Amino acid sequence: MNNLEQKNTTWLFEITPKNKFFTLNLKEVWQYRDLLFLFVKRDVVTMYKQTVLGPLWYLIQPLFTSITFTIIFNNLAGISTGTVPPFLFNLAGITIWNYFTACLTGTSNTFGSNAGIFGKVYFPRLIVPISIVVSNLIKFGIQFFIFIVFYIFYYVQGAAVSLNPSVVFFPLLIILMGVLGLGSGMFISSLVTKYRDFSYLIGFGVQLLMYISAVMYPLSLIEEKIPNYAWLVHYNPLAYIIETTRYMLLNVGEISILGLTYTTIVTLVLLLVGILIFNKTEKSFIDTV
Amino acid sequence: MKDIILKAENISKQYRLGQVGTGTLSHDLNRWWHQVRGKENPYLKIGDVNDRSTKGSSDYVWALQDINFEVERGEVLGIIGKNGAGKSTLLKILSKVTAPTTGSIKSRGRIASLLEVGTGFNGEMTGRENIYLNGAILGMTKKEITSKLDEIIDFSGCERYIDTPVKRYSSGMTVRLAFAVAAFLEPEILVIDEVLAVGDADFQKKAIGKMQDISREGGRTVLFVSHNMAAVKSLCTRGIVLENGKVVFEGSTANALDFYNSSNIDIIKTIYEGKIKDNYIEKLYLFSEEKQKILSSIQIRDLNVFLYVDLVMSFYKGYTLGFTIFSADGTALVSMSPFEDFCKNDDNRSFVKIKLPIDILKAGTYYLEGVFCRSDDLYEKNDRFIKIIVEPKNRFELSGNGILGMLLNNNDWSNR
Repeated sequence: MNNLEQKNTTWLFEITPKNKFFTLNLKEVWQYRDLLFLFVKRDVVTMYKQTVLGPLWYLIQPLFTSITFTIIFNNLAGISTGTVPPFLFNLAGITIWNYFTACLTGTSNTFGSNAGIFGKVYFPRLIVPISIVVSNLIKFGIQFFIFIVFYIFYYVQGAAVSLNPSVVFFPLLIILMGVLGLGSGMFISSLVTKYRDFSYLIGFGVQLLMYISAVMYPLSLIEEKIPNYAWLVHYNPLAYIIETTRYMLLNVGEISILGLTYTTIVTLVLLLVGILIFNKTEKSFIDTV
Repeated sequence: MKDIILKAENISKQYRLGQVGTGTLSHDLNRWWHQVRGKENPYLKIGDVNDRSTKGSSDYVWALQDINFEVERGEVLGIIGKNGAGKSTLLKILSKVTAPTTGSIKSRGRIASLLEVGTGFNGEMTGRENIYLNGAILGMTKKEITSKLDEIIDFSGCERYIDTPVKRYSSGMTVRLAFAVAAFLEPEILVIDEVLAVGDADFQKKAIGKMQDISREGGRTVLFVSHNMAAVKSLCTRGIVLENGKVVFEGSTANALDFYNSSNIDIIKTIYEGKIKDNYIEKLYLFSEEKQKILSSIQIRDLNVFLYVDLVMSFYKGYTLGFTIFSADGTALVSMSPFEDFCKNDDNRSFVKIKLPIDILKAGTYYLEGVFCRSDDLYEKNDRFIKIIVEPKNRFELSGNGILGMLLNNNDWSNR
């Protein structure tokens, strides 16, 4: 009788070795939304504690990179950016590119840099990569603000800059970029826990990736100059996002609906695979990290 | 009816020893290949027992092996064991930090864990901000924390420093704050690991009091891991002892502590008296068929326990070896008939064994004392060198009512 009664009462949850193939558990993530908010707050508040320049560091990096790119690629190598001032052209690319790399490198370190806390308490691990993407969005906001300042500056100066009407879809583009960084970052984070090789790969891989992502040149230029290697850029979903960013903000280059559709599909697949592997890893990573 | 809130069934955890690196990939591939063909993980079959001090042959080790236990609602379960016995691994599995290799844990309540000092504290943030962060990590919502903030600050006793970054806190203050946050959590099951070690006596008392409140008034369940035996004694209602990844004892707190303390004697203590300084008795150990192992103390489950004695001396004639079993309070209960017919081998060694009369011992703790002498001269006396814990053998002993008399004679009853 006793046993029977106990069998009837259900267990609230069960901890088992095997993971279901795909457990997203968004409900749990939602329950922990306050934690997400607090993580973002922590990241933003503590990022530049005990530095003199503080959040100015957010601005110094893209500005100096843009100046360098302008000197090297436009003045020295002579890449033409059309009527748009090369500095603004580069700044637009770098700003959105930075958002991607920050998301990618941030999330790819999820397990490594949180090993201490992951080893002690359980909360949905997905919170951490999401919080990284969100807090980097704030950083992106600050960098984008400086872009706007220069945009207005050039506009007042009488440079040929104009917005494309499609700029209303720009927020969607940012989300796409963030999700792409999130997906690939989670994918890599899971590999890094076991094989540290990937953390080295990420370091220089991101640098190389920038050169095939149309950050400092228009997409059309690559077909014109090196058609044999143009496929490298064409299969790179990042290139379309960056090209479209410039199209929307500066009205240069082209918009490729096919390319953007391709990018969206790749992003969603990466996100799905990323979450899948991430979920699989989070259960036992503490033993292998 | 027992209200079981947590149930562990055959929990095992296997770890890979050594460096994760060379060979990892090949093992992974092999494991994957077995999985593809629908076969069992080949590395699950192997693995050594989790014994820190001995050298093993396998690359894999079982940190936990076949752990089974149940916890009732409102119970405070103490988990004790030596370093590396698997306590923290067990708690990690319970708090979902890592998954078990086999087995399952079923729970009827939310589990929250307070596993170490300042988990998730950020040194740059203030005490107040950290209360929020830590509370959220432990699963509270912002609203819940806000409603309890004053209580938490008050309990931690860090009011003055609450707006100072935590990196300026002393370690004791960090623990106080961390414990305060967790104490105001309201999970059905709270898992606590060694957190009180840093706090001062005053705070430890306060923390233990709080945990008692949690279990008694709140009706919540606490799993408590500690090396602080006084804390375990005053707090826990039941205890389990882990040894080498296995549950070796489960029962009342007092008995669990007793068992743990006795298994803590690492070497056989021999005290010599008399004229001769030489050490004749080389080794004394208990040998049971169940454990197949040299032990300085033993928890008796089977009745076939032998005492092995290794002696070394050139001349055995006229010498006598004798043993007496003492009760825990020091009363001599029963002596074993003396032994004289030593048979020595080429290097003057003699190995003897005697079956201990476990069957006449009631449940409880006993000590064994030995004497080695010639005629009236006392040559060597071993004072209370072996502790024996006998487990209840029949339901009268199990019920705790006890049986009259010092010894229990196993008579042959039969129906006429």
